Amino acid sequence: MNPAQTMTMRDAFLGVLLEAMRKDEKIFIVTDDFGAPTLDKIRSGFKDRFINVGIAEQSAVNVATGLAIEGFTAYAYGIAGFMSMRCYEQIRSNLAMAAQVRPLNVNIVGVGAGLSYDLSGPSHHCLEDLTLMRLLPNVEVFSPSDWTLTARIAERSLRQCCPKYIRLDSKPVPRLYDDGATVNLEDGFCELAQGGDTCVVATGFMTQVARRALAQSAAPAGLVDVFAFKPLDEDALFRVLEQYRRVVTVEEGFVNRGSLDAMVAGLLARRGARIGLRALGVNDRYLFEVGNRAHLHKLCGMDEQGILQAIAAPAA
Amino acid sequence: MSTDLKQKAAWVRRETLRVHGLAPETRIASSLSPVEVLVALYYGGLMRFDPRNPQWEGRDRFIASKGHGCVALYPILADTGFIAREELATVCKPGSRLGGIPDAQIPGVETTNGSLGHGLGVACGIAAGLRQKRSDARVYVLAGDGELCEGSVWESVMFAGQQRLDNLTFIVDYNGISMLDYCRNIINLDPLDEKLRQFQWDAVTLDGHDVDAVRCALADSRQRRNGRPQAIVARTLKGKGVPALESDVLCHVKSLNAQQVAEAVGRLS
Repeated sequence: MNPAQTMTMRDAFLGVLLEAMRKDEKIFIVTDDFGAPTLDKIRSGFKDRFINVGIAEQSAVNVATGLAIEGFTAYAYGIAGFMSMRCYEQIRSNLAMAAQVRPLNVNIVGVGAGLSYDLSGPSHHCLEDLTLMRLLPNVEVFSPSDWTLTARIAERSLRQCCPKYIRLDSKPVPRLYDDGATVNLEDGFCELAQGGDTCVVATGFMTQVARRALAQSAAPAGLVDVFAFKPLDEDALFRVLEQYRRVVTVEEGFVNRGSLDAMVAGLLARRGARIGLRALGVNDRYLFEVGNRAHLHKLCGMDEQGILQAIAAPAA
Repeated sequence: MSTDLKQKAAWVRRETLRVHGLAPETRIASSLSPVEVLVALYYGGLMRFDPRNPQWEGRDRFIASKGHGCVALYPILADTGFIAREELATVCKPGSRLGGIPDAQIPGVETTNGSLGHGLGVACGIAAGLRQKRSDARVYVLAGDGELCEGSVWESVMFAGQQRLDNLTFIVDYNGISMLDYCRNIINLDPLDEKLRQFQWDAVTLDGHDVDAVRCALADSRQRRNGRPQAIVARTLKGKGVPALESDVLCHVKSLNAQQVAEAVGRLS
């Protein structure tokens, strides 16, 4: 396979489901009227296991919950910002709470993570979802950085019976991982580069940006891709980070509001680590500025140049 | 049957009051209005359940969506054998599994409600799942009328009609009072049955304290597999059986003291 091959995460994810639905009659896909090329094949091929509830995220989660109560593996598929926030209380009550009493395999699949929908403006930017979802007990949270990992997360979602939130980028992304990569999904992270004093910890699309930045860096630096917040082997992640003097987190999310930077800060603090931490992301405001993703990253100081500067001179 | 059901309803009402006497934190007024509905479901010979095997695949599913107003379920779960009768004395006590709102850790309770407006939507998913499994089991949902202000309920009403979920019976405890006022002064839903029909449902309105009428409507809803979800709008009195509650628009949060409970139980005996 061409290592530069790009694909959308949603088509990688839905492609796994399409194959699985041919063999497993217990899989249902519920959508809030949101599509994808691969979804067209699913809805024409499996009319009895594809439900479009209309633009109604609360209904999508409730229906998926009911299907899972009856033993089906359910996917609620829609736009990330709406699937995570419009129906947050349905996810809390009917999935997080309910899954503590009996197993439920409901997968909230949100497309448009972070600033994917750059030009649609702040209503479609999704900067809060990781904070909100990692808060909920009994819910796994995935934020993959490429489509190969996305496909593996899709395969795992069929087997692992619990509620999950899986946020996907909307844009086609190059592969970061080889087919032969032996990434353990239960670790929640993967060390993509080693060296230097500083380790960049990124999630989702920002891992792609960080890798491009590191390729231009004069000094070596580490790179860790956090693709899951649950499951996450914190001890293993700490063993990686303690090799460095400084950590720079990069996320398409609000900084200092409970997302990637808070996760890293918490695990370092709980272990008494004296490691400097710098957080790149969106600083406590919505982005009404019009412009493509690179423009928005630059505004927030989280473009390749911003990452390089943070590596070179991080605030301790 | 009729006399038996009426006597059972009186017994459930007394036992619900006794539970409230031991656990004054429970919401009594909204738990007294759906008593006949619950009795028709559990004692009317229609709803299938097995207390020895609460998760029996062939059971009908009952979703108690109105949260706080389902304390009357406790005496019924004890009487039918889902839980031990002695447990009724433990409601809201430390270490009990019976809290102020029945939840899914209790045998015979399908879902954790309390946050209003979720029951019908989850029931829609259950009904769709049962249809896919070609099961003839039915889904019953009990919701309050104040709960119908939640927009998610109407997402589910539209969904059930569109999906032709005729294995679903939605019972509205139409007691007319929300927490702060009469429902008609907050959001007036009259005529509710007509609104539901417009969304491709069958709907009847009846006296929710006429246990025979409720049972008949439940039997009709079970037989009528016509591609339309079934609704029963049960006109009830909040606090039914306790005059001091029945006449009080703010009865939702009223508790009765031991003497008031004894008087109410005596009046119903």
